[in-house]
Amino acid sequence: MTIFYTFIFLPLISAMLVPLLYKYFNRIVHTGWFVLLVPSSIFVYLLQYIPGVAAGDTYKYTLSWIPSLDMNIVSYVDGLSLLFGLLISGVGTLVIIYSIFYMSKVREALHNFYIYLLMFMGAMLGLVFSDHLLVLYGFWELTSVSSFLLISYWYERKSSRQGALKALLITVLGGFGMLAGFIMLIMMADTYSIREMIANLDVIQSHALFIPAMLCILLGAFTKSAQFPFGIWLPDAMEAPTPVSSYLHSATMVKAGIYLVARMTPIFGGSSVWFWLVAGIGIITMLYGSLTALRQTDLKAMLAYSTISQLGLIMCLLGVGSLAVYFGPGESGTIFTVATFAALFHLFNHSTFKGSLFMVVGIIDHETGRRDIRYLGGLMQVMPVTFTIALIGGLSMAGLPPFNGFLSKEMFFAAVNDVSQTGIFGLSSIGILFPIIAWVASIFTFVYCMIFVFKTFGGQYRPEKLTRKVHEAPWGMLFSPALLALLVIFIFFFPNVLGKYILTPALTAILPMMPMSPYDLKISAWHGLNMELVMTIGVIVVGLLLFKTTKQWIQTMRSYPQKLTLNHWYNQGLSGTERLSVSLTNRYMTGSLRHYLIYIFSFFVIVLISSLLLLHGLQFDFASNAAISIFDAGLVLGMVIAAGTVLFAGNRIVAIVALGALGYMVSMFFVIFRAPDLALTQMVVETVTTVLFLLCFYHLPKLTKSIERIPFKLTNLVISIAMGLTVTLLALSANGHKLFEPISSFFENAFELAGAKNIVNAILVDFRGFDTMLEISVLVIAGLGVYVFIHQRSKRREQNEIE
Amino acid sequence: METLIVILVGILISIGTYLILSKQLLRIVLGASIVGHAVNLLLITSGGLKTGSAPLLGEKVAGFTDSIPQALILTAIVINFAVTALVLVLCYRAYQSFGTDDMEQLRGNEQ
Repeated sequence: MTIFYTFIFLPLISAMLVPLLYKYFNRIVHTGWFVLLVPSSIFVYLLQYIPGVAAGDTYKYTLSWIPSLDMNIVSYVDGLSLLFGLLISGVGTLVIIYSIFYMSKVREALHNFYIYLLMFMGAMLGLVFSDHLLVLYGFWELTSVSSFLLISYWYERKSSRQGALKALLITVLGGFGMLAGFIMLIMMADTYSIREMIANLDVIQSHALFIPAMLCILLGAFTKSAQFPFGIWLPDAMEAPTPVSSYLHSATMVKAGIYLVARMTPIFGGSSVWFWLVAGIGIITMLYGSLTALRQTDLKAMLAYSTISQLGLIMCLLGVGSLAVYFGPGESGTIFTVATFAALFHLFNHSTFKGSLFMVVGIIDHETGRRDIRYLGGLMQVMPVTFTIALIGGLSMAGLPPFNGFLSKEMFFAAVNDVSQTGIFGLSSIGILFPIIAWVASIFTFVYCMIFVFKTFGGQYRPEKLTRKVHEAPWGMLFSPALLALLVIFIFFFPNVLGKYILTPALTAILPMMPMSPYDLKISAWHGLNMELVMTIGVIVVGLLLFKTTKQWIQTMRSYPQKLTLNHWYNQGLSGTERLSVSLTNRYMTGSLRHYLIYIFSFFVIVLISSLLLLHGLQFDFASNAAISIFDAGLVLGMVIAAGTVLFAGNRIVAIVALGALGYMVSMFFVIFRAPDLALTQMVVETVTTVLFLLCFYHLPKLTKSIERIPFKLTNLVISIAMGLTVTLLALSANGHKLFEPISSFFENAFELAGAKNIVNAILVDFRGFDTMLEISVLVIAGLGVYVFIHQRSKRREQNEIE
Repeated sequence: METLIVILVGILISIGTYLILSKQLLRIVLGASIVGHAVNLLLITSGGLKTGSAPLLGEKVAGFTDSIPQALILTAIVINFAVTALVLVLCYRAYQSFGTDDMEQLRGNEQ
């Protein structure tokens, strides 16, 4: 168990060692050689699981993390996770070999590069082996973050930063959606484990949250795997160094969404929504990607759209394969099981040929300084090995024999033909669209593969258009793509080795309910003259025709209006949202104190009045009122007049004196209400305050003593009256709701308990002495504040004089 | 009596709020003082008015008025005073630094 986790977390652990290695050894040895040990040892370690997993065994490991919350790192090794684990570590090994020769030891910040790459590798391994949904989500976001860091590796370029930001925004949006979906799943199944969810299907499938959870999880999968219309981040992610594009954006990260869909197929498969979303979006993505790839002149962008298209193909196959869950064991079920098998097969094939093609583009870029097909041509003579690799990869992607792409494309055609003949889910009427779109998209795929290979390597060699003197790449750069190209051919001739040991166990993981007999899942290059073969021949014939006449139509394709692209809408949407929020914030955050006070007072009034009304608190009880004497009435009148004077005074001094008068009348009220201490304090404080006011404004010589009349504002009037009314109503209702006797009678024992005859003073210094202590602190702090304000000013004046 | 005081409190709060909403710094401080008086009156009203004699045990009487609100108000008056003094000095300093006491001109974010 510990050995397993040592290997899974090896990339994350070794990422911490990279800076040290870089610092001490980079001058002698390229840091990549040390890093190479990590994926290669993981690959070798994972290889030993193949016999066991092929025999139907699964392995479960648990690493305690937060046991009290049932959050543990639970890992599960089955066919599907092993397939991905091998891809990640295997392609990772090759990519690191390639990067050693691609990334300059002198010019590049290699420690950053390898830390990010190892972070990504660790996250990806954690993701595919996780059985715990929330842990899976954690690793999922770590792949987004490390991909963000890798895309913006050359952060001094604006396009890199923009591409990274776009990728992060879109994939994290999907990630949040997925988290919501996961939480719904967890609520439905009452477990975090995917395995236990699959064992408890009835509860989930009959639950009301079934469809919302499915939509949220698919959002995550579609954004990560660049499905339509979320695929726009992938071409911009091509700003990353080529080894990164090759690893993340063709072989591993973009397949995380595919992995998720495959993982969730036993739970959601068999529902029509799932089928239509996965298969429908998949085939639309395939068409969209292949069409847009044709318009590109940059080789990397072309490969990016081609990746989108191929991911659509795999997604479509997974959707078709989910019908096997609907049919269950039986003849129809078996047909669609083959579709899932084809999905896995193509997933593997795509990693091989697309990985090598990206590396080829990197070589071309590295050796010629150009990536634009309008400048390239005739490289066949100068770079024969690169050309051979590109030819193998390109033809495999186009779906030609004798390369592995042919086999999976044939299986894809078979699957879409089968699905068009199934009468369920409304397929009888529009099911025929599947083979038609698939066929058309395959033609486009064929054409751009031809353009990719022959516009770059064929035609005229024009060295004057290239920025560097061209020669064949060093062997180290050719090693990885050559190995992948050999694999492409090897799989064509011996597909069943892969099928038996890797793909069939993965299939068992996706469709656990289907009985797998090896006979159904034999891949054969020749299976008679049937519909699929006719379609492939059609693709080649029409594709060649289109390729020969490229000049006639390619300009029309490239002049497709920029305003109708998804990228344009994305940019518009983003800047529109920013403009909207800026204008919205500027509208209410005016910087005016009055406006903020209006918001606060309005909120106060609205909340209190509405809760008074809604909770039926508006009850008055005047029974316990004391009588009103002539003094009281006179004082009330006097106070209203004094307050009015403060309000309407046109002279500063008058306003201050009126406020003083108001304070003295309050102290008279305290006399009437039998509060001698209060009356005393109020009198003193009022006097001092008035003096302070006068002092303060005596020292403002530039201000005239008169102030302009208070301007009338209706809003202010309405809010003021509403405030007064609210307080009055609240106080009246509160007076009518005396719930229990006051506790003041206890304090009447002041003499016995505290030896004091003045109850108020006893409360202040004895019963509730803490209040008094802190009140003294308030006075002290205010005094210090006053001192500092005045003192600081004089100090600054001195400084100014020195200056 | 309580009803009358509560209505008076309402009037004082209205006047105080109107002053606080004005744009002159001095008026805002005046308004805050008026609101302070209103709140103190409200506090003493909440304990009931004129229910007995002053809370001094030397008096040989049957009952005393509620002593708790009085202690609370005493604290409030002092704190109110401290805050008013500080705010006044602040106004004074603000005027010296910026040459105005108009809140509309003392906005932080110049657009």
